[in-house]
Amino acid sequence: MTSQQSTTAVRKSGAKNLRNAAGGRGSRFGPWPVVVLCLLIAAFSLLPLGFVVVATANAGWDTIATLVFRPRVGELLFNTLSLVLITVPLCVLIGVGGAWLVERTSLAGNKAWAVLLAAPLAIPAFVNSYAWVSAIPSLGGIFGGVLISVLSYFPLVYIPVAAVLSRLDPALEQSAAALGLGPWRVFFRVVLPQLRLATAGGALLVSLHLLAEYGAFAMIAFDTFTTAIYDQFRSTFNGAAANMLASVLVLFCLLLLLAESKTRGSARYARVGAGVQSGPTRLRLGAYQLPGQLALIAVAVLALGVPLWHVGRWLIAGGAEVWMRNDLLTSLLRTLDYGLIGAAVTTVLAFPLAYLVIRHPGPVSTFLEAVNYISSSMPGIVVALALVTITVHNVPAIYQSSLVLVAAYALLFMPRALVNLRAGLAQVPRELDEAARALGKPPLVAFLRVTLRLAAPAAAGGAALVFLGIVNELTATLLLAPNGTRTLATQFWLLSSEIDYMGAAPYALLMILLSAPMTYLLFVQSKKAAGQ
Amino acid sequence: MTSMTSLTSLTRKQFNKSALAALAGASVLALAACGGSTSPAQSSGAAGGADDAITVYNAQHDSLTQAWVDEFTKETGIKVTIRPGSDLELSNQLVAEGAKSPADVFLTENSPGMTQVENAGLFADTSAKIQEQVPAQYRPSTNKWTGIAARSTVFAYDKTKLNADQLPKSIMDLSDPAWKGRWAASPSGADFQAIVSAMLELEGEDATSKWLTAMKENSKAYKGNSTAMKAVNAGEVEGAIIYHYYWFGDQAKTGENSNNVSLHYFKNEDPGAFVSISGGGVLASSKHQENAQKFLEFVTGKAGQTILQTGGSFEYPVASGVAANDKLVPLADLQAPKIDPAKLNSAKVIDLMTQAGLL
Repeated sequence: MTSQQSTTAVRKSGAKNLRNAAGGRGSRFGPWPVVVLCLLIAAFSLLPLGFVVVATANAGWDTIATLVFRPRVGELLFNTLSLVLITVPLCVLIGVGGAWLVERTSLAGNKAWAVLLAAPLAIPAFVNSYAWVSAIPSLGGIFGGVLISVLSYFPLVYIPVAAVLSRLDPALEQSAAALGLGPWRVFFRVVLPQLRLATAGGALLVSLHLLAEYGAFAMIAFDTFTTAIYDQFRSTFNGAAANMLASVLVLFCLLLLLAESKTRGSARYARVGAGVQSGPTRLRLGAYQLPGQLALIAVAVLALGVPLWHVGRWLIAGGAEVWMRNDLLTSLLRTLDYGLIGAAVTTVLAFPLAYLVIRHPGPVSTFLEAVNYISSSMPGIVVALALVTITVHNVPAIYQSSLVLVAAYALLFMPRALVNLRAGLAQVPRELDEAARALGKPPLVAFLRVTLRLAAPAAAGGAALVFLGIVNELTATLLLAPNGTRTLATQFWLLSSEIDYMGAAPYALLMILLSAPMTYLLFVQSKKAAGQ
Repeated sequence: MTSMTSLTSLTRKQFNKSALAALAGASVLALAACGGSTSPAQSSGAAGGADDAITVYNAQHDSLTQAWVDEFTKETGIKVTIRPGSDLELSNQLVAEGAKSPADVFLTENSPGMTQVENAGLFADTSAKIQEQVPAQYRPSTNKWTGIAARSTVFAYDKTKLNADQLPKSIMDLSDPAWKGRWAASPSGADFQAIVSAMLELEGEDATSKWLTAMKENSKAYKGNSTAMKAVNAGEVEGAIIYHYYWFGDQAKTGENSNNVSLHYFKNEDPGAFVSISGGGVLASSKHQENAQKFLEFVTGKAGQTILQTGGSFEYPVASGVAANDKLVPLADLQAPKIDPAKLNSAKVIDLMTQAGLL
């Protein structure tokens, strides 16, 4: 019923829209059904944040004082802060350094290195942790946390930076060199500033992953806010202490967003002027070729070699027996189910917002984008805690249903779909849509047959990334999975936390195999998107 | 500080229902409007979907319950869906769900979770057959739940570093500064929390609170008893408070995580000699009372208990006259303190541990 109503509504306002366009006035906020839809989606995506705010407000000052201002929270704050402050610069160093070597120097084998440096993204952080704990049983503390985080997450900086580097206009660098700057100063004063957006964006992503990660740190007994919240959940289901920790964690996320937006600055680096820019120049490495190769080999061995070797080792030790578990197939199928359904739902939900942002930029779309930006920074544990508490008390009809889990996936991974869709829609000239309408197609048909069709590849790319996220998602799945539902991630976790490393190995392998093609897709897409 | 006691019970009341309902309503609307129509029933696919199938909220080890379920389904044809979780997570969840809970049976590793659900009035009486199969010392006098297995607290120590005369005489000794940095535990686990609840019952709140504060200073925290044992084996700490069966389980596999480890039983009715009873209960709200009781009858019956004797769990059988695996120290020799499981107070323990900064 609802969809029928909105269909007719789209048609009506579409017609109005066309009239507006014909009269030379662009509609200000966009077609109202799309706006309403977007507002509903935004309200939905603010649910976790709203939950934390309400829970904190209702807790009362005494509870807040006892549960927030205690030494344990100080410890967690220290751990979490040190983790972010040490890991992020290291990721930037490896990510930017690697990207520069691959894209802008005479590095031998640079095509292979370009892919190899993105590949660690296909190994979920908790699988990485599992491998490293097998290699060094005493691994733990801040050192262990930083090691595993850097190796798991530096590609989040590398990929966007490499994409931008491959597209930079060398003319600027040539001018700087002509004006007397040496190669190093050119790099620091001309190249690096142009990478600021990509680097800051990547660093923000790394930080948010660090705040949300559970499995990787639980395995090495390194406590952060997320692991502490999960511990409280394990002991109290949805106790006040967990909520208070969640509110501190959320505050942390919001501060990060603020910090990132400050670093963006206002400088513009777009290239103006006619003509085609020449390809990037490459610096001759000469004597530095060997150290460069060695550094990259070290990164690849640590980030890819160690995890693959240990997964392989446990697989061989386990033999055929570990493949006989009857839940291996069911959890694989369940993972695929959720991955596909979640990806489809998330992409559909992201579409109206992407459309509004591209076709009707203005205060409403800016506001909605900001909301999405904030809500997408909420860690899985907070989203899950919010949904489980709300459904058990207020919406029992959907409690423990797949619907809630899919909703959590949509909340967590909406930005992945949004970013891709936005880029895709931006490439579809609205004139094509208008031409179709002028030729007599009703607006909806014109939209479906022209815009939607042209944006489909981008939608598929976004959906693939959401799928990747869902396959490796652990915390929200642990809390929200319907009774009897197990995914590769939860089974892997169950077995490896009982130190049944052999039994866990096939699940690890399957997650890597499912992630690898998606990671490759992400890598290819980033190269395409960088020019826009 | 005084507010700590009631923190866990505050949870449910403290949500301003109308505010949350508004948020929730918006989300449902948004989902419905956007055609996110994944069927909630989709999940039942894995459960077999039959009307007589039962759902078990399982805090016991997954492999053990899976072994029980496989055998039970083979014998009776009744399908079983398992929801994994930990003792107090699931007990609190059952209380939050109340009469609407989808659970038919609840299995734990320790009894405090059972007591919590019993106190909330959510359990049905166990059947006469269960009461017949389980000796009185392994079930509460109320018969709202039953013991299904037992496990003993141990101090698992690195035998290359500690001699018998260097071992702590009592678990209480570990609060001594001499033990600083030398021992480990898994404070976030239900097992350790049950051990603390025994200490609370035997030694009182002050002593327990002091011990926990010292523990925060002295010990290293790991996630999970297996991980703590692994740390002892790897030489990171000299000893760990865990349950006995982790060591036997690992020895039966490769021994890779326990070959340097020996077990020390405190005995002497020490709080550290606590023998914890794993429980099973049928929810009063279950719509499959008969099958749920049948499942518990199976678990406490000869076949179910024999799985404890011969399987890879190395937990102690407690019913139907089945003896323990002969590798284990007999239950009767453990000199465990006598504790009424109904008196173990989990909420208080969580508050004390949160206060001590362990959670």
